Formats: sequence, structure tokens, C-alpha cells
Amino acid sequence: MPAPLIGASVGRKEGQEKTRGAACYVDDMTLPGMLHGVTVRSRVPRGRIRGIRYEGDIPWNEFTIVTARDIPGKNVVTLLTEDQPFLADQFVNHPEEAIVLLAHTDRFLLEEARRHVAFDIDPLPPVFSIEDSLARKAVVWGEDNVMKSFLVEKGKVDDVWARADLVFEGEYETGAQEQLYIEPQGMIAQASPADGVTVWGSLQCPYYVHKALMPLFGLPPDRVRVVQMTTGGGFGGKEEYPSMIGGHAALLSWKAGGRPVKIIYDRAEDMVATTKRHPSRTRHKTALSRDGRLLGMEIDFVVDAGAYVTLSPVVLSRGTIHAAGPYRCDHVRIRSRAVATNAPPHGAFRGFGAPQSIFALERHLDRAARALGLSPEELRRRNLLRQGETTATQQEVLEKINLPSLLDLALEKSEWRRRKEEFAAHNRSGADAVKKGLGLAVFFHGSGFTGSGESYLASVVGAEAGRGGRVTVLAASTEIGQGTNTIFSQIVADALAIPYDWVEVAQPDTSRVPNSGPTVASRTAMIVGKLVETAALGLRDKLRAGGFLGVTYDDRAWAEACDRYLDLHGTLQAQAKYELPPHVKWDDKTYTGAAYGAFGWAVYVAAVSVDTVTYETRVDDFVAVQDIGRVLHPVFAAGQVEGGVAQAIGFALYENVILANGRMVNGKMTNYVMPTSVDLPPIRVFFQEVPYEYGPAGAKGVGELPMDGPAPAILNAIEDALGVSVRKIPALPEVVMEAAGCL
Amino acid sequence: MPVARAAKIEVSFTLNGAPVTVRALPMARLLDVLREDLRLTGTKEGCGEGECGACSVFLNGRLVTSCLVPIMQAEGARVETIEGVADQPDVVPIREAFVACNGSQCGICTPGMILATTALLRARPNPAETEVREALAGNLCRCTGYVKIFEAVARAAEARRGAAGGVR
Amino acid sequence: MRAWLPGYDLLRAKSLDAALRILADGGGETRVFAGGTDLMVLLESGDLPPGRFVSVWGLPELSGISVTDAHVTLGALTTYTEIQAHPVLRAEYPMLCEAARLTGATAIQNRGTIGGNIVNASPAADSPPALLVYGAEVELISAARGARWVGYDGFHTGYKRMDRRPDELLRAVRLPRTPGGSGAVHFYRKVGTRGAQAISKVMIAALGRRDAAGVVADCRISLGSVAPIVLRCRKTEAVCLDRPLTAEVIAAARAAVMDEVTPIDDIRSTKAYRRVVSGNLVAQFLALLAK
Repeated sequence: MPAPLIGASVGRKEGQEKTRGAACYVDDMTLPGMLHGVTVRSRVPRGRIRGIRYEGDIPWNEFTIVTARDIPGKNVVTLLTEDQPFLADQFVNHPEEAIVLLAHTDRFLLEEARRHVAFDIDPLPPVFSIEDSLARKAVVWGEDNVMKSFLVEKGKVDDVWARADLVFEGEYETGAQEQLYIEPQGMIAQASPADGVTVWGSLQCPYYVHKALMPLFGLPPDRVRVVQMTTGGGFGGKEEYPSMIGGHAALLSWKAGGRPVKIIYDRAEDMVATTKRHPSRTRHKTALSRDGRLLGMEIDFVVDAGAYVTLSPVVLSRGTIHAAGPYRCDHVRIRSRAVATNAPPHGAFRGFGAPQSIFALERHLDRAARALGLSPEELRRRNLLRQGETTATQQEVLEKINLPSLLDLALEKSEWRRRKEEFAAHNRSGADAVKKGLGLAVFFHGSGFTGSGESYLASVVGAEAGRGGRVTVLAASTEIGQGTNTIFSQIVADALAIPYDWVEVAQPDTSRVPNSGPTVASRTAMIVGKLVETAALGLRDKLRAGGFLGVTYDDRAWAEACDRYLDLHGTLQAQAKYELPPHVKWDDKTYTGAAYGAFGWAVYVAAVSVDTVTYETRVDDFVAVQDIGRVLHPVFAAGQVEGGVAQAIGFALYENVILANGRMVNGKMTNYVMPTSVDLPPIRVFFQEVPYEYGPAGAKGVGELPMDGPAPAILNAIEDALGVSVRKIPALPEVVMEAAGCL
Repeated sequence: MPVARAAKIEVSFTLNGAPVTVRALPMARLLDVLREDLRLTGTKEGCGEGECGACSVFLNGRLVTSCLVPIMQAEGARVETIEGVADQPDVVPIREAFVACNGSQCGICTPGMILATTALLRARPNPAETEVREALAGNLCRCTGYVKIFEAVARAAEARRGAAGGVR
Repeated sequence: MRAWLPGYDLLRAKSLDAALRILADGGGETRVFAGGTDLMVLLESGDLPPGRFVSVWGLPELSGISVTDAHVTLGALTTYTEIQAHPVLRAEYPMLCEAARLTGATAIQNRGTIGGNIVNASPAADSPPALLVYGAEVELISAARGARWVGYDGFHTGYKRMDRRPDELLRAVRLPRTPGGSGAVHFYRKVGTRGAQAISKVMIAALGRRDAAGVVADCRISLGSVAPIVLRCRKTEAVCLDRPLTAEVIAAARAAVMDEVTPIDDIRSTKAYRRVVSGNLVAQFLALLAK
């Protein structure tokens, strides 16, 4: 037996080509006769389109021009709710809504032309904030602006207020956040009635694009093909928006007689027009006993969905389910709503609603502990969920929960007690304008789609054996930097006891790979990884069943078995299809039951300095302790946590989407500030591994978890440093200074 | 449309050691000439405003963002891109370290990051971590949180020091 | 790239004289193009007005740093990288080196020039506060009128406006040696949005010296991003000069600077924040000087 690869940090599959600059991203691809395409947008937040004018000294006859009238099929971006058009026809509902598409070979002339398309739009009253939307200052979506709402009820929360020693209330806000993958979005399409539609692009979910393009052109599945190119980061931003760009490029190509069309967004367009994290507002009312037990929690969680539904119901769902955290509480009510505003739709971003609701909860509990005179760690310790107890959705947690041990380790690694004293003494001395603080957050994140979502997806993975025992994984799950290609190869190599180099992961291409579901929701390792393992073992079982392979074998025997099988049968393939584990039972009507097959659990600690000259906060040290089940690849898993923490530090302190009349006005990398290499602390990552029965080798999801905890930990640390309670993020210096009463 | 004023000009320079001549509008970005006219697509565009560093190249041996260089200013210059430096003896250990340490995830910042690291280690073979952080502050990475990149730079520095003759 | 490229001509000047002739012949329409770190950003976003430019990049007449007993003179094309590396600048003008270190990052520092930073005339530029405090002068040269030196204080006359005729080129910047004497305190602080590649919200360059009796003998304070131009805070300086740095004087200086600045709300910060931080920074400088 070769040494197991799972648990070892093998080299990235595509590492050589990425470090040589040889990996092929969509903008690196050109096709003969290719045109460039651009999008012309409304600029008006809400209104009725009366006309389109093509002005200026532009040779318009050289251009391919597409409007809603040119759409051969259905003008709707198929996802959850059929409300968003590919191209606005009569009405616009946000200022970046696409109305006209242009294509030309000369991309500079194209830009000049874009500036000379003018719209006559009669404005209609817009709304721009959660409060205005809830108050129906204007009804801009449906009958009441509410796109989706949930109610989670556990026990009888109305009965606990009277018997509580403390009823503690608070309101918390989070801002929008841009994914800011460094490769902007882009797609190339070739489309004609004769050849169907093919798109190549930067994307996370090939089959989402596929599903959206079929009705747009009225084509059957086999006439639409979606190919993922090397993708320069996604973080949720390339979950649903690529359907829009893919559709636009394909519409232009279709009108241009099948000439290929490339649309690459520049950074400014990418930042203002594509989806961002939902802004949120959360209200907490919590009943506690004097000794710090959580008696009841009432939570009102609202997210700003923007102008169209897109993924908001599912974002809201995940935020709702995570809103009460990994705590024991018998009486919980969570009411949540996603409301419409006239901004570009908000969408998927790592964490998917959970970072918003967890920020509110973990800030709130810290403040409640203060009100009770308990330490923040002690309040949490007294309420940590234990094995066999139930979450807010009454999911009985069957897996072993290590939270007390994770908390201990986080306190130890952060030198919590010692530093608490040291910081308190430092701050008391008054000698230094820089104040120091420590803060923590305890949280969980469900892996995979919520509730019955995975059984609806019914993901399929294929494996194919080739000459010389080489194995190819066939899956639509995409490599977006997180390591899909590498961990799939590890799983196959271990399952079949063959060399890592013999395993290849096919380029996601809907004409070749089955639908293994979207690359989202921390599901690739845990859900799809398990299917990869099963499919690989299917190859082995076929060889054994046919008598080609013995019970024990070595590399050579495996290679020979494959060759002989192929000589006889031509191909060797196996598939695996997802089945929901028996413990995952969910009721969508009452919103109760097992929301997730498994959770990742974590305790994070931030140490900060706040300079009272400028009220700038700096994170000096960060400890991230978590249980993500078995760690498949220690270096990659740590990389996921470090990257997630870095993004969350941006969310907490730096990244401020400034919307004015629904438009992002700071849509440049200069003005929308993500942390650079000098802004981030050491990020120290620790794992405690509790294997999960239904994950490959015991693995659970990791991708989103690290996005959830840093913001509340940092804001809790700011309160520890200053004694000032900041309840919204980003906690810009201006915000902290105002909270401190110094403005 | 404004009245066309500029005509294409011929610009000759040394690209990865070999002489080239291109015809381009004088204000065309070096980035576009490299990617589109010369089909060297290892140099990436992340922002077009000199913030992200994905388009980094060497101009006369110095790190620059090619999105901010008009092609006219490349006349007579030495231009080197990732394709040209990837196999240079003192760059190979840097690439290897980025792979070994997972300093490259999605890979879009990687060519620029490798060039910035090369510039740093050529100037300072044994940099302190604060120097590494400053030297890479113009190369934005959204995947890694930079931790594994710092590890890769430290590992590369060690490997380069160890490699006889590998260090300039 | 949102610009229509044929609308932009870029000529190459083979010498300073050639550059000046091009500027003179252009009827004031030709603009100077150096390292491109500001102009190319505008070009990318479609915000650079089309027209004719002359590239001076690489001209030896505009390059290099020279040192005499009286002055250090920097050619306009001196890059931020060259500034940081120069031993005399490091020893005598630490705030200028710090400004250079905090401008963009390595790749920008290799292309961005001191002359460009001045002529771009942004109130948020990193070097000008240091130049003001160090008593810089700038040399302007044209084909028609030859060269003239003007004090940098007063060079900027309003937002993006300056005492430079369209046919003039900024050739050099010179700084008097050993500003403030050997015992002076130099205090530079950039309050940006992040630790690198930031555009400042507020910035201070200040220099001070106390005499043997503890009385302030020299006090120069300049703030960036708090007014249409980079501001030399003369009124605030006057509050401190010839006085011992008591808590009352520091409080008075804080109040004076908060009155002297005229900040605005924009996408990077707020008027109120900039005003308070201006006061805090001046107080921090004076507290340091009082030590």
C-alpha cells in the first residue's frame, strides 16, 4: 500500500501552469473572427423605458446591436424566481440594469459607441434602504417589497420574558461587500441556430449557466454547452452572475451570425454591476438568567436583496438558520425577510447570509455578558450546544461536538487570560494613545445545501479509466483556487491505491461531465468528494466483478486490469449519485429538522489595537480554531481559513460599498479598500478533527466557515479596547470615532 | 467621435531577450500589446489602475504595472514577462516554493506575485517579513490572506541562498 | 479601457529643448507625460481628456539628485524609489522618504515621479506636505522665458490650479539643507484607508525644534487632504512659536488647526473626521516635540 495522500499536503495539480502564467483564463482565449461585446446600462434606478437613441458620429451600421426584442426565447435569467430579465424591456429596476448590447471588432470604438447610446426613461419612485423598503415608501417588487420571509419557532418564546433575570436587546448592521476576485468576470460565446450555443467563461457553476441559456434561446440541453476556463477566484460572485454575461455574449453572437463574441468586464463595471454581499439589519431580544443561561431568543433578521430575487431566498435561509448560533436555547423565534431595493441584486458571497446573522448574534452575546457581569467566554461556555441537543430548527445534533475543547484551545493559543490582563493594564495606564483589546466569537457553519436541497440537486459524478490505469474524474465542480482538482485527485488515488499523478480532473464542460451541482455552500469536498470516492470505487468494483482485478493489487496490476478491460469493452466508466443520509430530515413548511448533514464548528480570537489619534483599528493577531472533520489537505485547508479570515477582516474593518441612489460610487480598487499584505495579522490556524461519517475520509466543508467569525471577534475586541460599543460594520475609523463620542 | 489625431507608430524593444517591433497607437497600454499583439497572456489584467499588480512586468529590470505604461515609452527598453523569467535559474525556486506552500490558489495574481518576489529577492536575498510585506503590498491576492505567500517567499529565499550560483 | 485611443497622441521628446519646443508649439494644449501613474489611471477610466501629450520619461536633463552645501536638488523625474534610496535624503529629509515609501507600492514607486506628484496638484498627494515643511522651491522652464525658481509655498493656487504656464515644464525641486537644524523633530503621518496603496484621508508633515529653555523656536505644520490645496498651517504654527509647549498651548494649537482646515465629505472620509484627526495629529506632534 502506498502512503495515504489524504491528510498529506500534496502539490497543487495545476500549480506549474499557474506559476508560469500558462493557465488559460477566459480573457487569454481568442477565436477567429471574434468580436468584443459591451453592455449599456440604465443609470436610472427605477423607471419606464420610452426609447433608445443611438447618437454621435458613430458608424452604427458596423455594430451588432441587441435589445430585448432580439431575444429568441424567454427573456428571463432562470434561477429561483422568474423576475430578472437578461435585457430590460419596458421597465428598469436598478441603475446598472442592462438594456442594450453592442459588439464590434474594435474595442476602443466600442467604448466610444457605448457612451453614445442614450435612453429616454421616465423615472418611477425608488427605494434604497431596508427601512424604506419595509415601510413601503414605494412598492418596487410584488405587493409589499418582501421577496421571501421565514419563521422559525422553537418552544414558546413569548412566555420567557416574564421569568428572565435580564432581557437584553440590540440592533446590528452589516454592509454590502464586493467579492473582489482578482480576475474580473468574462465570457466568450459562439451561438447560432445551426450550431446551438457554446460559452466559455470564468464561472463557478457550469450547470447554472446551462440552465439559464436553454430557455433564453429555446434550445434543448444537448444544444447548449458551457465550459469553465481557469477561473481567477469566485467567492460566490461567479455563482449566478455568469449566466447573465454568458447570455449577453451568446445573444450578440446569435445576432452576429455565429461570430464568437467576448465580453470581459473591466474592474469598474465588475464592481458596480455584479452581485455583492447582502446588507443586513438584525434585531435581538434575549432572555437570560442571572447565571448566564439563554432562556429565550427572539431574532428579526432582514437582508437587502436589491432589485431582483436571484439567490436571496437561499441566502436568507442560511442566515436565518445560523442566526441563533451553536447554543442551547429552548425558546427561539427567528423572523426573517429579504426585501427589495433599487440597487443591483445582491447575491452569493462566501458565508451566504451566515456572516451577517452571526455577526449580530456574537456581538449581542458579548454585550449581554457585559450586562450580566460575566466574561464573554463564560457566558458562551454555559450555553454551548452539546451532542444530542437541538439547534433553533430543532435539529438534533448527532455528531460529537467539540465546542468546549475548541474554546479551550482558542483561549490557550491566544493566551487569552494573560493578554486580557496585560491589555487592561496597558489601557488603564493611559500612557499610550493606542488601546488594545481581545475578542472572540463562537460559531458554526452547515456544510452543503440546506435541508432537502441536496436531494433536489441529486448530484452525479463520473469516473473514467484510461490506458495505463489513468483515471479521470468527471464532475461539474469547478477549481476556483480552493483546490478541487487536488483534493479530488487525492481522494481517487487513495480510494484506488494508485499514484496521484495517474489521476486527472476533467475540465468542467457540460458536454462531457455530469451535473455534480454548483461549486458553492462548502459542498465540494464533503458532498461531491464523497461521490468522487464512490465513483472511483465503482471502477474498481467493475474490474473485480469482471475478474480483471484481484482483491489485492499493485499499480501495475491496476494498469494492466484497466488495459485488458478497455481491450474488451472499449470504455470503463462508473458513476455515483448523491443520496441524502438517513439522519437528514427536513420540513420546508415548518422550517424544522436537520438543516445540514454536518456542521463545521469554530472559535476565533482577535487581538486588536485601536489608535485613539485616528480611531484606526489594526488586527495584531488572529487565532482560528475549528473542527471541519477530517482534514484532507492540511495546507489547503489552512489556506482556506487564512483567506476567509482575510476577507472577513476586510468585511469588518475596511470594505465599504458606498451606494448613492442605488449605484456604487466607489467602484474602483483605489477607493474600495481590501486589505493588502501589510494590513493583515499573522493568522494562526488550528484544527481539531472529528471525522464525519458521510464525508470522504470523514471530511466536512471548510470554505465558508472562516468568513463567519472574524467580524464579531474583531468588533468585540474593539469594545474590549475602548469600552465603546460599535454595532455596525465595516467599523471604519469614522464609525468608531463617532461611537466613541469624539466627533 | 473625436477627430482622430494619433497614428500608429513603430516601437522596437527587447522582449524576454529577443528584439521585437510592434505597430501600435502611442498611448496603447504595454499590457494590451503584450497580451493581444504579442499573445503573451501570462501578464494578467485585474484592475487597469495600477492597484492590483496582476499585470506586473519588468521594464529595464524594474517592476512596473504594465497597465500604466504607454507602449511609446517602451521604445528601446528591455521588457520581461513571466514567460521570459519563469525558467531563469533564480526564479525556478520561487515558482517551486509557491507551488509547495500553496502560495498560488486561483492563480490570477501569481505571475505578478512571482515577479514582485523576484524583484525583492534580487535586491534583498534575505528579507525580513516586514520587507516581504512591503514588497508585495502592490500585488493584491484575494484567496490566500497572504500567509502562504509569505511562507513561499521565505522558502524561496532559503532555496536561492542554498543554490550555488543561483543568486544574482 | 474606456478611452478611445486614437484620440490620444503621445510624442517623444528626445531632449529637454525638444520637449519645451513641443510645449511651446502646442498652443498650450500639449500636456506633459512622465511616469504615467496618474494619467494612465484617468485614461483607463475614460476620464482623461483627449489630446496631445509629450513624454519626457527618461530625459537626463530632468533626472538625478545633486547635492551642494546649500541645497539638494531633485530632477523632476526622480522616482519614489530613488528618493527612498538616497543617503542624504534619508538623513536630512526623512519625511520625504517616508512619503515616497507610502506612495502606492513598489511598481508605482518605480514609475511615479516627484515632479508628477507636484504637477498633478492633488490635495491628497503624499509628498507635498513634506516639501512645504522643508521649504522647497521648484524650477519652471519654458522655451520662451527660460528658467525661473519659485517657492513651493504658494505654487498651488487652488484645487488643481497652480502657478505654471501651459508652456512651462517643472524641471526640478530643491530643498535647503538640514531643515530645522540637527535637533529638529520630523513628524510625518499618513492617515489612509489601509497600510499600503492608500489615498490619504488626512496627512501631516511637521517639523519643530525647541530651544534650550524649552521654547518653540521652529514650528512648521502642513496638512494634506483637508483643503483644496495642501495646507501650510501658519495660524496654528503662530500659536506655538516662541512659547513653551504647555497643555494649554497644545490645546490652543489643536483648536487653531481645526479652525484652519476646510475639509469636505467625500468617498474616502468625512469633514468631521478629517477636522478632528487634524487636531489630534497636531496635538500628537506637539506632544512628541514637548518630550
